[in-house]
Amino acid sequence: MEGLISIAVGVMTACGVYLLLRARTFPVVLGLTLLSYAVNLFLFAMGRLTIGAPAIIDPERDIYTDPLPQALVLTAIVIGFGMTAFAVVLALRAKADLGNDHVDGKKR
Amino acid sequence: MTSLPFIVLIPFVGALVASWAGTQGRLWSAWAAGAVTLASLALLTAPAIGVLQGETYLWHMQWVPQLGLSLAFRLDGLALLFALMILGIGLLVILYARYYLADQDPMGRFFAYMLLFMGSMLGLVMSENLIQLLMFWELTSISSFLLISYWRHLGEARQGARMALAITGGGGLALLGGILLLGEITGSYELSVILSSADIIQASPLYVPALLLILLGVFTKSAQFPFHFWLPHAMAAPTPVSAYLHSATMVKAGVFLLARLFPAMSDSVWWTSIVAPIGLATMVIGAYTALFKHDLKGLLAYSTISHLGLITLLFGIGTPLAAVAAVFHIMNHATFKASLFMAAGIIDHEAGTRDMRRLAGLWKFMPYTGLLAMVAAAAMAGVPLLNGFLSKEMFFEKTFSIATINPGTWVLPAFATLAGAFAVAYSLRFIHDVFFNGEAADLPRTPHEPTRWMKVPVEVLVIICIAVGLFPGLTFGPLLAVAAGATLQGPLPYYSLKVWHGFTPALGMSAIALLGGTFIYAIRKPLFRLHERSVGRLDARTVFLWLEAGLMRAAAWLDHLLHRPSLQRMLAITIGAAVVVIAVGAWGIDLAPRVAMTPLDPVGLAAALCLIVGALGTVVLHRRRFTALVMLSVVGLIVALAFIKLSAPDLALTQLSVEIVTIVLLLLALFFLSGTTPAESSLWRRARDAALAIAAGTLTAGLTWAVLIRPYESISGWFLENSVPGGGGTNVVNVILVDFRGFDTLGEITVLAIAAIGIYMLLDGLRLDAPRTDSRGRPWSWDEYPLILSTFSRLLLPLALLVAVFILLRGHNLPGGGFIAGLIAAVALTMQYLANGIAWTRPRISGKLNPLIGMGLLVATSTGLASWYFGYPFLTSAHDHFHLPLIGDLELASAMLFDVGVLMVVVGITLVILIRLGELDALGRSRSRQGEE
Repeated sequence: MEGLISIAVGVMTACGVYLLLRARTFPVVLGLTLLSYAVNLFLFAMGRLTIGAPAIIDPERDIYTDPLPQALVLTAIVIGFGMTAFAVVLALRAKADLGNDHVDGKKR
Repeated sequence: MTSLPFIVLIPFVGALVASWAGTQGRLWSAWAAGAVTLASLALLTAPAIGVLQGETYLWHMQWVPQLGLSLAFRLDGLALLFALMILGIGLLVILYARYYLADQDPMGRFFAYMLLFMGSMLGLVMSENLIQLLMFWELTSISSFLLISYWRHLGEARQGARMALAITGGGGLALLGGILLLGEITGSYELSVILSSADIIQASPLYVPALLLILLGVFTKSAQFPFHFWLPHAMAAPTPVSAYLHSATMVKAGVFLLARLFPAMSDSVWWTSIVAPIGLATMVIGAYTALFKHDLKGLLAYSTISHLGLITLLFGIGTPLAAVAAVFHIMNHATFKASLFMAAGIIDHEAGTRDMRRLAGLWKFMPYTGLLAMVAAAAMAGVPLLNGFLSKEMFFEKTFSIATINPGTWVLPAFATLAGAFAVAYSLRFIHDVFFNGEAADLPRTPHEPTRWMKVPVEVLVIICIAVGLFPGLTFGPLLAVAAGATLQGPLPYYSLKVWHGFTPALGMSAIALLGGTFIYAIRKPLFRLHERSVGRLDARTVFLWLEAGLMRAAAWLDHLLHRPSLQRMLAITIGAAVVVIAVGAWGIDLAPRVAMTPLDPVGLAAALCLIVGALGTVVLHRRRFTALVMLSVVGLIVALAFIKLSAPDLALTQLSVEIVTIVLLLLALFFLSGTTPAESSLWRRARDAALAIAAGTLTAGLTWAVLIRPYESISGWFLENSVPGGGGTNVVNVILVDFRGFDTLGEITVLAIAAIGIYMLLDGLRLDAPRTDSRGRPWSWDEYPLILSTFSRLLLPLALLVAVFILLRGHNLPGGGFIAGLIAAVALTMQYLANGIAWTRPRISGKLNPLIGMGLLVATSTGLASWYFGYPFLTSAHDHFHLPLIGDLELASAMLFDVGVLMVVVGITLVILIRLGELDALGRSRSRQGEE
């Protein structure tokens, strides 16, 4: 499972970086979203992988996953949404003011 | 002594007062500046009397003790000498400037800058802490920049100010390095410690670098060769500024530091072999060049450079007697040079020019000013019975006695006499060329004596020159004794402040200098021609400007290289740099597993395959934007599934609801952005990006793996143990969010709120024309909203909201909480827009959701504040059991209220973004439909 998660993080990062380097705003936003998935999963994995032991206190259980990275990632997901939304709206504004959706605002 | 900080503080406050007074009336600011200086002087009186009796006053306050930084002032003999010069000459300069400045010069600004400089300078000389000293040192650089560029409309004033700032500011940086090294060696930045640890300092391997850096600061500030050239260009400043900064104070800051650190650093070969030659070279070059300057102030500037070189040379010689002579010359030079600058200003003011080739015969028009100037110039030349003679005599004697002990150093008295002769020559020129030498032909104005009060400051200084020259022991004697004592931090050597020492070698040197100087002046005309054809062509300014331009070009080149206005390029550089840094750091780490692996199962494998296909599909199909979006949503869903599998139900719920909102948002945006991305990247560009992407991906995969295979230690045990007893909830993730780390969460929802404001502003007044057709050129069809969907969504809304409430309430104990509940509520409301359209939904759900964000923040914050009311730290939660009829036993924590705040913020933000964007879509659509019709 560890290898699989590592590969998933790597693939999402690679795809995100490639899209981030595109010249139009929409693929860049897609890339940002992919990258934030990768980052969230990466941060989450810092608490190691535990199956079937959520951090909900139960007197009959004494194995729990690490709740701290989860709490961090939870807010990161929501903030990631805020960031994506900002980038999208910025792209729209750029398109409206500059007449094209190139990241540098120039027509080709 | 509690008055010490106020002596420094008063001018700073006074600068504000003078600036304000200047708006009330022109002369008010001058009065204010004078009053402020007098107040500081009055405060200095009481401690001054103590210092003259041998006391050293310290005032100390902790500031940042961790950094060794304290606010500490020190008043000993050396500081007193400088403080008296700063305040005394400052007072005279203020009086002089009040008459010097023209009607169109803004006086408030001038006096505010003056007082700013005065305060900085006082702080510098009275600092006990070296870092604090450096701060004041930099403040003098900045305030002198402001003063030199006071006449902003003059190009040469701006350039001179910039040059002075660049040189002295650069030196200040070096000085900072030196001071830090000194603190490293002694373990303290306090002067009391440093001055008494000479042995430790000079034995340290860091001594030489520290010395070099400190000397760099000293030499730039005190205009020592080869950094001397900024001073003549600073003469573009108004003359009162030159009289103050460039004779008595600013340029003396460098030699002040030499004096201050003299006991700690001077007893070494390094000191002598660096400081003395630099001083000697500066003295000779300054004296030589001064003779050939046609500008009165240029002559005085080079003369100042020469005298500063003399003082530096004396400190460089390093014996106690030489240090006494140096301190004495600091005092004498300040008096005669300030008066000469003022005299030059009067001549400029009354005759309209400072060019000695045009000036002549002024004696007829202004004999009184002429007399004052003659006395001061004679003091500068070292004529007996004036103060300049006494310290120069001490200097000559010192150089001669060294030469008799060590025959190899005969150059010292020889060059000293040569510089003395040139000093006589340029002093003669200052007087003869201006006041005699025939008649002036083309003066811009008919000169006359200035106003009475403009001469008073000159008179005062000239009287001091004469009084000290006649009765040195009675006048400067006591102050010199304590100042020299503080410089040496030890017993004073024997010295005699007498006018007549008999026929000594020094007297002979003085006589040679006087005769030689007169001879040099007599043959000046051929000398001028020779100079102009040879050395006169060299101009350090050209070199400086060339270096400056080169630096600017290099910066522009680097900027152009790294910062083309291209996001792609900059991102590629940033990512490339990150890849390189991480790769170098992670090179060769151990990748063999050290812990047991989690078993792999077929479902997990299948899901991972889906994720990889989705991610790659997003990239491959990214030019078909809608398809790419669908692919992306697959990735998001798989991530949510992974969270479920890996014991993170809260994350799965959050990811799932964020996923929905994000996709809706991107769909809305896609309506305006065209449906396809044109293929425009070159093959090379795509290959480069792919290489970067693969490198980044491999690295992150490797890093993730490297972390996952290592044994694990966590601080989470504490959270798990304290979640129920401390936070009153069994869902540890939620308890961390709203309780243990509640302050973080408050910060995060604030960030969200700020993002929402940004989005709101970006959307405000945005006008986008919706495309008439889709990307394949087909016109949009305007379907009605599907009936079944709209009916069911209306029915489901209350249920969905109930789910949100349920998720919120159970959040403390089971997966859920404010973030998730907020997202669910937002999705439920967004659903109404999607299913029923803006026109139907708008009157039913208030569009004004912005207040919800603010209210949410307020609720969350006031929950935190409430705990203050009960005497607990911010955001401490309380919890208790309640028994409610029908519902049963309920455990409620005050953190629940905090969670409600989070919910409100999340709902508000999501809806503000989506609805605003949706309205834009509707607007665009109706406009495009109108266009069709």
